[in-house]
This record gives sequence, C-alpha cells and structure tokens, in this order.
Amino acid sequence: MVLNAVEKPQAPTRAPWTDNEDEPRRRRRRPARTAGRYALVWGLTLLFVFPFLAMLSTAFKLPADIFSSPPALWPKEWTLDNFVAVFEEIPFWQYLWNTVVIAALSVLGMLIASPLVAYSLSKIGWRGQRPLLVIVMATMMLPPQVTMIPLFLMWNGLQATNTIIPLVAPAFFGTPFLIFMLRQFLMSVPDELLQAARIDGASELRIYWSIVLPQARPALITAVIFQFVWAWTDFLNPLIYLNDASKYTLSIGLYSFFGEHNVEWGPLMAASVLFTIPALALFVVFQRYFVGGISAGALK
Amino acid sequence: MSLMTAKRGARRQTLLGLAFASPFIIGAAVFIVWPVIASAGYSFTDFNLFQAPSWVGLDNYAHMLQDSTFWKALANTLFLTVTGVPLTIAISILGAHFLNLPVRGQPLYRALVYLPTIVPIVVGGYLWRWLLNTQYGFVNYFLGLLHLPQPEWLEQPAWGKPAILLMCLWTIGGTMIIYLAAIKDVPSELYEAAELDGAGWWGRFRFITWPTISPVTLFQVIVTVIAYLQIFTQPYLLTQTRLNEASGGPGQSMISYAMYLYQNAFVFLKMGYASAMAWVLFLITLVITLLLLWSSKKWVHYGSERS
Repeated sequence: MVLNAVEKPQAPTRAPWTDNEDEPRRRRRRPARTAGRYALVWGLTLLFVFPFLAMLSTAFKLPADIFSSPPALWPKEWTLDNFVAVFEEIPFWQYLWNTVVIAALSVLGMLIASPLVAYSLSKIGWRGQRPLLVIVMATMMLPPQVTMIPLFLMWNGLQATNTIIPLVAPAFFGTPFLIFMLRQFLMSVPDELLQAARIDGASELRIYWSIVLPQARPALITAVIFQFVWAWTDFLNPLIYLNDASKYTLSIGLYSFFGEHNVEWGPLMAASVLFTIPALALFVVFQRYFVGGISAGALK
Repeated sequence: MSLMTAKRGARRQTLLGLAFASPFIIGAAVFIVWPVIASAGYSFTDFNLFQAPSWVGLDNYAHMLQDSTFWKALANTLFLTVTGVPLTIAISILGAHFLNLPVRGQPLYRALVYLPTIVPIVVGGYLWRWLLNTQYGFVNYFLGLLHLPQPEWLEQPAWGKPAILLMCLWTIGGTMIIYLAAIKDVPSELYEAAELDGAGWWGRFRFITWPTISPVTLFQVIVTVIAYLQIFTQPYLLTQTRLNEASGGPGQSMISYAMYLYQNAFVFLKMGYASAMAWVLFLITLVITLLLLWSSKKWVHYGSERS
C-alpha cells in the first residue's frame, strides 16, 4: 500500500484551513443549530488552546498568584518578573544561540543535500531509481533506537560528542522524509521543460540549479520549515550528545528551573513562552506551507 | 541511435543519477546501514563503553526474559499503544467533522487545533506537569467544577498512563487535519444517494465516510502504532527527576520501552543489552505493522481501483 502511493504523485491537496468557499451552501435559518455548531467548534478549539493560555498566564503571574488554589486564568497583578528571572537565572542567550546555530546548520545541510537526491529520484531516468526510493522509504520506518547506540559509539570514537557535529551532520546527507516529500513534488514538474533545456545543451547541474530549484520553491519552503522545527524542538539528540552546560540547547536548558524539591514555575513558563515564539511565528507566517508537509505525511 | 550510443547514454544516466543521489547513498551507509549491522553485533556482546565488547551469545536476549523491568516497560508501552491508537483515530475523525462544520472563521479554528504540534515537546511536557499539578493545576480544577474525582496524576500508579495519553492526545492536530482533507474528498453524490435511502447520520458515517476514508485510516493507524511503540519523550519529561534521569513514575507505572532502553544504554552503560532491546523493539514493530497490513484486506476499501 505504501509503495502504491509512490507510483502516483499526489495531486496537491487543497489547504484545509485556507478555503471556506463551500461553507455557506448548507446554511439555513435555524438559530439553535447554528449555535450548536459554534458550541462544538469552540469547545474543540478551546481544549487545544487552553494549555497555551495557562502557560501565558502563569508566565505573567507573581509567585503568590501562581500558587493559589483555585487557579485563575487572569493574573491578579501582571508582572514581568518571571521574564527578568529567565535572563538572570539561566544563560538564556547562550542556549538560544546554541539552538539557533544547530537549527540553521541543519536547514543549510538539508537544503544542500535533500533536493539533489530528490532530483535524482524523480527527474533523472536511471536504473537504480526505484530500488533507491524503496531504501529511502525503508529508512523512514527503521526505529531510531536501532541506530542510536552505534551512532553514539561512532561519534564518541571520533571524539565528536559534546559538540554540535552529531546533531547537524546527518542533515548534510539528506533527510529521508523530506527527500520523499520533495521527490513527490518534483514528479509534478513537467519533463518538457527539462528536455528543452537538455536539447539546448544545458548540463544537468545547470538544469537543476536554474530550472528545478526555482520551480520547487514552495516545496523547499515546506522542507525548510519542517527541518527547522525538528531541529528547534529536538530533545533526545541534545540530551544524548551535549554534556557541557555551555553547549546546551533550549530544549535541555529548560530543566534548569527544576530544583531538588521545587520547580520555579513562573520563570519556567516565561522561558517556555520565549522558546515557543519562533516556531509559532514561523507557523503564522508560513501556514499554508505546513499543509503541503502534513499531506505528504498522509500518503493515502 | 545505435546500440552503442544507447548503452553509453544509459550509463551516463546511471552515473548522473548516482552522482545526484550520492549524499544520501553515503549518508545511508554511514548513518543507517553500518549502525544497523553494528547494533546487531553489539546485541550479542557485553559492552560498557570502557572495555572492548566481549561476546556473550544470546545472553542479552535470555536476560530479557527474567528482567522484570523489561516486562513492566513492555506492558506499559503496549497498554499505551492499545489505548492511545484507537483514541487518536476516534478523536481525530470526530474533531475533523467538527472542523468541517459550516461556521465563520473555519481557517482560524483549524490552525489553532494544529498549533500544539509545533510547540517544542519539552515545553509541552513541563506545561502538562504544571496543568496536572494536584493542588494548583487547571485539570483538577475543572474536574472539581464537574464534581469528578481529582486524582494525584503523576503520583498514583493508576493515573500516570492517562496523564501520558492526555499529553499525547493534545498533539493530534496533524492527524485531524489529514482526516479533514479526507472527509472533504468524499464525493457528495454518495451522501445524497444514502439520504434518499433514508440513512441517518450514523448510517452515512458507517457505510460511506468510514469505508471511503479507510485507506487514510490504515496509514494513520500504522504511523500512530509505530509512534506509540517508540514513545520516549512524553513519559520521560513527565517523570524527569534530573536532566539525564527519569524515574518512570510511581512504581514504574510510566516507564516506556524506549525509556528503559535509553536508561540501559546511557545511564547503566549496558550497550549490548540496550542493542538487543532495540532489535526486539524493531521485530515487534515489524510484526505488528505486517499484521495491520494483512488485516487491511478485510476493512480497507480502495474505491473504484479494486471493487
């Protein structure tokens, strides 16, 4: 079934949260029904959004207010103390910078390697194409736990643990899921365009660079966003590879707010807000590109 | 074109194809093929990182049979899979129908439901620890308003796994959006025909929506099963006691297979035992995936292609 999906590139799925043209069709004048519909949609949305509201509210509360029962969503008194504490108590800028470097290098590596491989798997007719595609898909299904230990031993042997190398190097060799997504997209680029360029004597690298890459812009943006979000939010790899507090990413730096007996919930939530904002901003700006990635993950 | 030039052309294409794919070919050799082979090898050794691995045959695999924590972790993981996967599918399908209701501002609600999936998982983990706080957390506050029992979520063995499920279900927006696209693709003629036959909402769902979206369900079930079998970060964060250590909850009620594997590898430095555990996990995943694919003949409908 999975291989079936490989055969035919997917028609671009409509962006589920950008189209609402077909909504008024069924609307009739039944106020009770309309109210019921809004209740269901708002109820559902609130379940997913409420934790964010709680995070924000805690971040702006004074300690006495945080530890009050019953909890209130609206702070009695708004304060920025928790945000000040974040910068005083942990090397926030250091962690932020470390995270930015890792995310940026991962994205750079992905951009260099993944589209090249996707191009080979879609637009160069060669014998190994299909077997290689199967291998790309198989690697997506292998549990990371199987490779985790030998990879750690390998980097340890190369004395590269406690550096960012193990965290960013794999992206420079292509990210299987993104290779697959880009390949699906490139399948829809018309061959005629490339054939014409080949007849004009353009080299394959030139065709790739000046025809295919510009055509693939939307898919590339999707790939960049996904790679960035993965690197930005990764927990397990920094946990395994980084030992020095000066090298921590935000993901593992946040634990600093947990003490032996108590947790500094205010500063922790303030730091969480700051840590979430970049991913959130990316999502708001590039909403529609997320859809491409989600539907590539659906593989009907 | 003569045979010679055709052959030369094919060869040129192969070289080009290999050249463009070379990053992945090299990467797969270094980061996948070699580690997979090495991992199989380590699984037959006793290896603590400081001394050379020594061959112990099947000892690691035999040891699992007597290791009570291993069984505990496996049972916890299977429990989470068996409860979490149906919940994920059911809530995603239900939620997708809600998000498809004709209301003003549809795109906004869809985006908001998807939002939790892009939050750093660490933030999600600590945030849920706070929300589930027995005394000051919002979850128990709302349960109190509804006159429901207010459990000590992360301190009672019976409530640890529901806490993990709650945190996981918070991030099912992606699955919901996939289902939303799937139910929008169901041809409306089918519903009209069913309505003429007098089908109610359940009949329409049971005999039209469910079979039409079943290929999506198959894929989502497989992906979700794999994710639950490998679950690590959520229970780790909810029971973390130090940066590099997690307790696994009261009475180890929250320790997952992948957590125990991590513990063996990086806390106890039993690299051989952890490698053997990784292979057992791989085999379990493979068997369950194949069973699901095999069962799919009975419940997945591929529309006109196969009927």
